[in-house]
This record gives sequence, C-alpha cells and structure tokens, in this order.
Amino acid sequence: MTRRLSVFNVTSLVLGFAFLYLPILLLVIYSFNASRLVTVWGGFSTQWYGALFRNQALMEAAWVTLRIALLSASIATVLGTLAALALTRYGRFTGRTLFTGMIYAPMVMPEVITGLSLLLFFVAIDLDRGFWTVTLAHTTLTMCFVTVVVQSRLMTFDRSLEEAAMDLGAPPLRTFFAVTLPLIAPSIVAGFLLAFTLSLDDLVIASFNTGPGATTLPIRIYSQVRLGLSPEINAASTILIGLVTLGVISATLLSKRSVLRSQRNAH
Amino acid sequence: MKERSFMKSLSAGLVPAVPYLWLGVFFLVPFLIVLKISLSDPAVAQPPYRPLFEWSDIMGFFSALDFENFELLTQDDLYFRATLSSVRIAAISTLLLLLVGFPIAYGMARAPERHRSLLVALVILPFWTSFLIRIYAWIAILKPEGLLTQALSGIGLISEPIEILNTEWAVYIGIVYAYLPFMVLPLYATLEKMDDTLLEAALDLGSTPWRSFWTITVPLAMPGIIAGSLLCFIPAVGEFVIPDLLGGSETLMIGRQLWSEFFSNRDWPLASSVAILLLIILVLPIVIYRDVEARRLETRP
Amino acid sequence: MRRTFAPWADPQAKPLIRVDNVTKRFGDAVAVDHLTLDIFEGEFFCLLGPSGCGKTTLMRMLAGFEYPTEGVITLAGQSLEGVPPYRRPVNMMFQSYALFPHMSVEKNIAFGLKQDGLPKPEIADRVGEMLRLVQLEKLAKRYPSQLSGGQRQRVALARALAKRPKVLLLDEPLGALDKKLREETQFELMDIQHELGMTFVVVTHDQEEAMTMADRIAVMDHGRIVQVADPGEIYEQPKTRFIAEFVGDVNILEGHVMGQENGLWRVKTASAETPLTIDDPDEVLHSGQAVAIAVRPEKMTIQREKPGPEAVNVLTGEVWDIGYLGDWTVYRIKLATGEILRVSRANVSRFVESPIDWDEQVYVTFEPGAAVILAE
Repeated sequence: MTRRLSVFNVTSLVLGFAFLYLPILLLVIYSFNASRLVTVWGGFSTQWYGALFRNQALMEAAWVTLRIALLSASIATVLGTLAALALTRYGRFTGRTLFTGMIYAPMVMPEVITGLSLLLFFVAIDLDRGFWTVTLAHTTLTMCFVTVVVQSRLMTFDRSLEEAAMDLGAPPLRTFFAVTLPLIAPSIVAGFLLAFTLSLDDLVIASFNTGPGATTLPIRIYSQVRLGLSPEINAASTILIGLVTLGVISATLLSKRSVLRSQRNAH
Repeated sequence: MKERSFMKSLSAGLVPAVPYLWLGVFFLVPFLIVLKISLSDPAVAQPPYRPLFEWSDIMGFFSALDFENFELLTQDDLYFRATLSSVRIAAISTLLLLLVGFPIAYGMARAPERHRSLLVALVILPFWTSFLIRIYAWIAILKPEGLLTQALSGIGLISEPIEILNTEWAVYIGIVYAYLPFMVLPLYATLEKMDDTLLEAALDLGSTPWRSFWTITVPLAMPGIIAGSLLCFIPAVGEFVIPDLLGGSETLMIGRQLWSEFFSNRDWPLASSVAILLLIILVLPIVIYRDVEARRLETRP
Repeated sequence: MRRTFAPWADPQAKPLIRVDNVTKRFGDAVAVDHLTLDIFEGEFFCLLGPSGCGKTTLMRMLAGFEYPTEGVITLAGQSLEGVPPYRRPVNMMFQSYALFPHMSVEKNIAFGLKQDGLPKPEIADRVGEMLRLVQLEKLAKRYPSQLSGGQRQRVALARALAKRPKVLLLDEPLGALDKKLREETQFELMDIQHELGMTFVVVTHDQEEAMTMADRIAVMDHGRIVQVADPGEIYEQPKTRFIAEFVGDVNILEGHVMGQENGLWRVKTASAETPLTIDDPDEVLHSGQAVAIAVRPEKMTIQREKPGPEAVNVLTGEVWDIGYLGDWTVYRIKLATGEILRVSRANVSRFVESPIDWDEQVYVTFEPGAAVILAE
C-alpha cells in the first residue's frame, strides 16, 4: 500500500471537519450563556435548561414527536424489510419498475411535494389531520430509506446459507427466521434508527399533515426560530445533540466490543 | 397438498404486495390527487378548493379540468423567476458541494485504513442531529452582529459588520453545510474502491500527477460524482427551510412559494400547480437518479 | 489395493439414484440435456467436467434446489418429483461451506438434527460423534469466523453428515483448500466414506481429485455424460478426444486408417514417415476413416540414437523446451510438421551423463499398446 496523506489531504480533512462541527459546537457553547442575547457572551449559566423543562408546550411537542417517531419507524421497518425482500428475492414480478420508482422517488423528492400530496389525499378521504396523519406520512417516507438499507445488505447475502438450512431440513419460513433474519438484523436495526431519526427531524411533511394536538417538536422549534434566536432553543438542541451523540457512540462501542469478544474467543 | 401450496404461494405473494399496496395508496394516489386539484378552481371554503374529489364521477373529473392555475403560473412571472432562481441556486450549490466535498472525500479515501471508518462516522454524525437545528446554528453565526463578524473583527480583518444573513450567500452556505454528507459519502465510496496502482501506472507511463488526477481519478469517480450531485441537486431545488431561515425575503425559491401559497394564501389549487411545476423540473433528474441507484444496488457482485 | 466393489457391473443390482432422461433448461439455455445415470449404494461417485458443463445443475437437482424440466430422478425407488430440499434424505456440502456465521460449530452441526425434532440428549450425542469423526472436539464452541479454511471444511462435512443422509453431495469439496491440505483431505474423505459406507456424489472440475477419490467418474460436457467408468478406464480408454484431453495430458496425432494386420491397426499420419501401428482391438474402423491417435506423455520414450529397423512408431523431431519438475522432466519435441509433442520421463537417477539438451535431434517412440484410437 502506498496510500499516503499529503499536506493537501490533511488540510482539506481538517477544514472540512471544522466546517461540519464548528457551528454545532458554537450552538452548544451558547446554550450555557447567561445572557438572553444569543450571540453575546454573558457568563456561564444553566438557566435555559431549567426554563426549557418548565416550557409546557415544548415538552408536550417532544412527547408527541417521540410517539410518532417510534410508531412510524416501527411500521416503516416492517414495510421496508418486506419491500427489500420483494426487490431482492422475487425476481421480475409484474410492476417491478413502478415499485422501484415508488421506493426511490420519495427519498429525493422535495418534501414540500410529498407533504402537500399526502395532505390532499387525507382531505380527500376525509381523515382528520393530527397524530395519525403525521404517523402515516412519516411511515411512507421512511420505509423507503429502510428498504434501501436492508436491500443493500440482502444484495451481499450469501444465498447458499439459506440453501444449506433447507438442505438440512428447515422449511422456507423456518429458514427465514433461523438464518436470514438473524443475519440481516443489524441492517434492520440501522434502518429503524434511520427511520426514527428522520421522523424526529421532519418539519415540512409534519407541517402539512399535522392537526390540533399534534404539534411536533420541529414545528414548535421552527415557529420559535422564525421569531428570532432563543437561548432555550440552544438548550433544547444541545440536549438533542447530546442524546444522538451518546446513542451513536454507544452503538459503535457495542459493535466494537462484540468484535473484540469474538477475537478474544479465537485465542 | 394442493391447498397447502396454494396457501404458501398466497403468503409468499404478500411479501411484495403489502409494501406495494402501501406505496400505491400513500404515494401514488396522493400524487394523482395533486394533479387533479392543480386543475381545479380555488374556493373560500374548508377545504379551500372545489370540487371536492369525487371518486365516482369520472366524467365530472374530466369536465372539471381547468388549466387556469397553470395559465396563472405562466402569466405571473413571479413563478417563472422563482423556478429559474431555484434551479440556479441548486446548481451553484451542487457545484460548491462538489468543490468542497471532493477534497474531503479524497482525503478520507487516502487516510490509513484503520481511521477510515471513524472518518465516515464523523461525516455521518451531523446528519443524525436535527437538520433544523443545524440551520438554526448558522443564524447566530451569520447575522450582522453575529459570531462571524465578531471573530473577523476580533482579528482585525474587517471593521464593518458583514451582511451575509438574508442574502443568497447564506442560502449557499446553508445548503452546502446541510447536504455535505450526501455529497461526500458517494464520492468516498467510489474513491475508496479505486485501485492505487492505476495512478502509479499512469505516473510510470509519464503522466504528471495533475494530469493523472483528471484522466484517471475523475473519470473513475464519475459514478460517485453523478450520484452525489443528483442526491444534492434534486432536494435543493425544492428546499424550503434553508431559504426561509437564512435567505431573507429577497431569496426566491419555488419550494418556499409553494409553502406560502398553501399556508399564507390558502390557495390549494395554485399550491398544487406549483408542486406539479416543481415535479416537471425534477422528473428527469429523479429518473436518472433512480436508474443509477437501481443499477448500483442490483449489479453488485 | 482395489476393492472388489462394482455393483454397476451386476445387472441385478438396483441403483440408489436413478436419473432418467433428465433435461434442465434455464430459458433458452440447456444446462442438462437428456441425461441418464445410475448411482449405486455405497459408491464414491464423481461428476467431472469443465465449468458450465451442467454438473452443478445436476447436483442441485439431486439436492432439490432445481427441478428437472423433463425426466424424473428417483431415490431408492421413490420419485423425487416436487419434493423440496427439506424433505429429501440427501444432504449437501456447499462449495462455500455455507456455515451459519451466527452459530457456533456445535450449533451448526446440530442444526439439521434440530429440524428433525430429535430429543436433546440424542442431538448432543450425535454432535459429539461428528466432532470426533472430523477431529474438531476442541473447537465446538468457536464461531466459523474463528476457524481456518481446513477447519471450516470439516465443520461443513460434519454438519452434512450429522443427519446420516442416504446420499451426501459434495460441491467442489476441496476447491478452497491449498494444494498440500487438499491431498490430505482427499484421503480423509475416502476414509470417512469407507467407514460410514455412505454414498458420496462429488462435483469437481479437478481431474486429479476425481481420479484419486472416485469409484466411478462421469465425465460431463455440454449437459451430457460423455463417459462413465472407473478412473483407470477413463484414463487409459477415453472414449472421445474431449475426455483424453480433459483428463491428464495427451498427444494427439491425426491420420487415416489404412487397414488391420494381425489384429493391429495401421494408421497413416503426416507426423511419422512410416504408418503407425496401434493395438486397440475394440475399435471398429474402416479403411480411409479419419481418426485421432492419443498417446499419454509418460507412455512415449525419447532417445538420441536412431532406433533399429524392428522399432514401430518412430517420430523424429528436435527438443524445443525442457521443463524440470523434480520427479519428472517434460520435453517438448517439435516435429517436422510443426506439431509439438509432450514426452515425460521419470527422473530415476540423480545423475545423468550427457542429458538430452535443447535443440538436439531426437527420436520419439511408443508401443502399439500405448496408444488409443479415437474416432473423429
């Protein structure tokens, strides 16, 4: 191997990651600002965190968002896994082209279109907008992402493992649960996490499809941000960032530990 | 035995049928409804359009067709300008993303193998944190008395506050910042697979490093360049949050126009027409993207 | 030592597997073409052929992963038509081994027994027995990723044997092993097969492997069986030029039949000045027929001196190449016609006085019984 990092490579990496992380870092720092003016440092304080937890509307929105994300990500995981199986295991079934089109389009299509079209659909079938319409909308969007994540795992899946299970006497359904599912489980979990985060994060589609009593956290934050910077939002953001970072780090450590364990067993 | 295999094929058929049906109902049908409503008259009512979608009345559907909204779109040059400016902003942003993303992806691909997965994780990590929050973070940096002005005047580079927020520049910065992972990851995926001996062979055959970069590296990275560019360009055209929060009232973008027709003017048919217009602009890139992705996923060894 | 085991020679014997006029098509492509074959109980049977000859498709039809387009396969008198793989008393060792990466060695071996619903103590006994058979008792708790290639191969074998199938199918069982290990494992496979008395059907493209292990070999080409015979017959009496060239090295001399004298065929070729004399009494030929004469390199001799007038089958040429292999030396001799002959000679002595050198004029001779006539 002759791959060597040149000065140019190192510089672009350093600048690139600084660009990615500096804004987030500043956001976190200013969440501990004592001053109400977000961009003027007025000393260290945690008062905005207290204010945050006393903010009833924000807390409620967080709870709604969490419920929607859990529910929609769960349904999307089931649907997305089925879709991935259909695309990898069912060959050229009728309407396959339309099917792949419907999988890829929502992922790149501007959210305003998806949001608007779903809303008009819900109005047409006379479904009251609220918790359920946002959940259905999020399920539709995120199942496509789950499909792609699981599909790329299934593409590299060694089919002879399934043949071996059947050869040893396991009927197709038992083969699926004993061999296929455990082996694609990590990609299904990854798909679920992706769907969960996308749902937590979504502003546009939720704005179109929400109704009374279903104001999600991004909608609440957005309406506050439009009114100007608020240190409370900084505090809320810091908590969210902290949770995500914690989640990603523990997931990485978990997978690393299982690798280490298997290596230790080898000796 | 016969019945059993019938049940089996039925349950096997369910695997594609369930997600297919779901997408048909919640993606395809809504789509057709947008098309239909974009061809109807607005009304001061709830819902604010007329006629309400009538499932049975096929003839009524066709007789109620009304291209008024599209005529309005062509007459009022606001929409024309918004379309042009959306495509321009998205195209410039995509170019900037390539310029910023390529050196990062290249650096990652040349980093020692043991560090690469960490670098990939570092690129993905911001993506897991809220999009809205990441855009929000830039307001504090770019506003007239904001952190960028403070920093630059602190080191004596500028004496006057610089105006970036509420200009198109802020939109470029926002899009590049928010979409960077989508550009870097496909680029990295192709660059990382590239065989180093190809570059060595080019050098050995007398090509300069700079020329080797253009004749070997760039052509081989083309699938990544195309995938990354489409992945950024398509959603950028319809972007709403970034121009709304960073661009100020001057920045015209079509996604924003749709939003305001819908929420402020409550003209649902016109909003639907704008959606169709947006879709017409994007249909070609989306089809290309679908083909590129489907091929990438299905021809993997 | 040759076992006197030849049920195929006994017209009364009932085959364990009968492949009856089976055809398999994938779209327009014909993978297996009207193939008929009997395999007997206790046989070590090899399907040998180049890649794409249909041998793997035939094996997958035996396992139940593919079904014949036409024709029937029966096992112990029972038709396998429509029987899925999980209901066949046949197990397979996969080329990739297909070990379940999320299960330990013992769980892998126990998998098939669990599917049969065997009681736990019995499963444990059988797994222990299998681990002893393949000498992996110490690695029972390991995962496939923690094993060497050779160890994985043994686990795959143990897993396939655990259910005591009527037939064990082995798909390129030694393909992934390095040369040394491959040789050892060949003999181990033969021992295990002998010990269990099980029927083994091996698919391979490696003729050496087939020759070493098999009781009988079926050579396949383009979806058909070209010859089924024991290894000796395949090597010494190949039926076609394809087999002669595919199994081992061979020199082919093309010519025309002149007639028969004293039971020996006389064949005129461009390669030799005088007609060649060939002892292949079973062939039925007529004068003027175009034939190919196949002679194995080790059945030719090479010498510097001109042979006497009593010698038959003399070819003249010059040394083109010499390859020293240690146990053998291979000479490539260029004839006046431009043909290149391969002649090999065992290195019986460590010292040779004035060895044959490059560019020397030499004479190549072979006995009438050394050659086989192949009808063109």
